[in-house]
Amino acid sequence: MTVEFWIVQTFNGLSYGALLFLLASGLSLIFGVMRIVNLAHGSYFLLGGYIALSVIWRTSTFPLALLAGAVAIALVGIGMERLFLRRLAGQTLGQVLMTVGFALIFQDLALLIWGGDPYSLPLPSWLQGVVTAGALRFPKYRIFIMAVAVVIGALLWLALDRTRVGAMIRAAVDDAEMAQGVGIRVPTVSLGVFALGALLAALGGGIGGGFLGVYPGLDFEILPYAFVVIIVGGLGSLPGAMVGSLLVGLLDNFGKALFPELAYFTLFAPMALILALRPTGLFGRT
Amino acid sequence: MLDVSDVHTYYGDSHILHGVSLDVAPGEVVAILGRNGMGKTTLIRSVVGFSPPRRGRVSFKGNDVTAWAPFRRVERGMALVPQGRRVFASLSVRENLDVARGGTGRWDMARVYALFPRLAERAQNRANKLSGGEQQMLAIGRALMSNPELLLMDEPTEGLAPLLVREVGRVIAELKRAGLSILLVEQNLPMAASVADRVHVLNRGQIVYSGRPAALLADEDVKSRYLGVASTT
Ligand SMILES: Nc1ncnc2c1ncn2[C@@H]1O[C@H](COP(=O)(O)OP(=O)(O)OP(=O)(O)O)[C@@H](O)[C@H]1O
Ligand SMILES: [Mg+2]
Repeated sequence: MTVEFWIVQTFNGLSYGALLFLLASGLSLIFGVMRIVNLAHGSYFLLGGYIALSVIWRTSTFPLALLAGAVAIALVGIGMERLFLRRLAGQTLGQVLMTVGFALIFQDLALLIWGGDPYSLPLPSWLQGVVTAGALRFPKYRIFIMAVAVVIGALLWLALDRTRVGAMIRAAVDDAEMAQGVGIRVPTVSLGVFALGALLAALGGGIGGGFLGVYPGLDFEILPYAFVVIIVGGLGSLPGAMVGSLLVGLLDNFGKALFPELAYFTLFAPMALILALRPTGLFGRT
Repeated sequence: MLDVSDVHTYYGDSHILHGVSLDVAPGEVVAILGRNGMGKTTLIRSVVGFSPPRRGRVSFKGNDVTAWAPFRRVERGMALVPQGRRVFASLSVRENLDVARGGTGRWDMARVYALFPRLAERAQNRANKLSGGEQQMLAIGRALMSNPELLLMDEPTEGLAPLLVREVGRVIAELKRAGLSILLVEQNLPMAASVADRVHVLNRGQIVYSGRPAALLADEDVKSRYLGVASTT
């Protein structure tokens, strides 16, 4: 096993982790503020990818495609929260079942509109090819994914940690009832967080479309990864989602490269271990 | 200011408040006394909207607010100092105050810091690093940040050392002088009696005594029956 192997696999793991971060950060914040386990979050990822695909077929403009997918799904998220989930506030089981229902509907809808064939998002020329460093070759697109995740992670962190609205969101994560009791419009905060989470997941799906592809079943394939990320990192914690994503990205990648027949074991065994030692996750409140 | 009439509040199937009525006039301090588990916190939760009553009415400044979301009541001028303080643990002291900022009036961060200089010293600390007494000050300061007209205080002296109990008593008296209406839940009878204009005693979800503090202090029967105060005769 060469040094190159380790470098390349680490690079691949980190870029996959960067993609997972886009998906999981929103899921984690949504759970933190609303205590909703959103099982339709993987569907946002998938639909974001499909919409980006349709837009790029018509316009051939890559950034526009990503943006369109993200905004469209944010609107879907707003509709879901306002019209459906809010009615079931406080009823955990009802909400989970409703999000499962939506996930299944979205799955069928996607099959109906885009069919059963797998697609790959065509990349603009400036994102094709590799960067070489000595004998090593790094795909430009994976570098792009990491750059996007770093920028989004930094913006999210600044917004959450440095602004009054961010402090309101953290207050709602700490104690939603008391947050209302000091005058914070928690229903509006929840709606905003839900929309933001949907937007980020769809953006992840669009970006992931040029790397994982877009195909039926991707929604339920990626969702467990997002849950492992937020359980390991700690529910409701942004730093937790960052560290959890990178950890899961690396574990998954090295697991598949080193012990292909044990890939799930290498992902879930460390998760079980972390949970046994820290039941609230690495950054969760105890 | 506040008018609570025939309120019945439940947690699931357990019927906790059995027709409680009371009112608080502008500028008045009304105290609620009663032993553990008698429904004092449930009454506060009914007023602020955390546990809306199933029957009865809560009116505030002329509006029927029984079905309003808690944040709307706060926007209209209620503020809560909850039992157990419930400061936002992962926010700094300054952020705890800042997220509650609202309304117009004399309270802002500088005024709160002037009232509780200790909070100014610890402005950048996370709230969960504060001592119990400091957290209580923060909970009071946070409530004031919304410039309320009615302050709901649920056992603000619980678990505090005698010196701090006096400090909280001083602050309540000062807020009263400034014209604030206060609904105060207390188990500390001398403290409540010293600041309140009127007192009610709650027992198993019903008001069993209402009167002036001096009259309650003199009523050995009510004190021993409902407050667990040993009779001195
Ligand atoms: N969330 C809840 N679910 C079910 N029952 C509850 C809940 N909270 C309180 N109770 C019950 O309601 C009754 C009244 O409780 P409440 O907290 O209002 O009492 P309290 O007078 O504030 O007591 P304390 O002085 O200990 O704070 C108690 O019997 C309590 O066990
Ligand atoms: Mg209580």
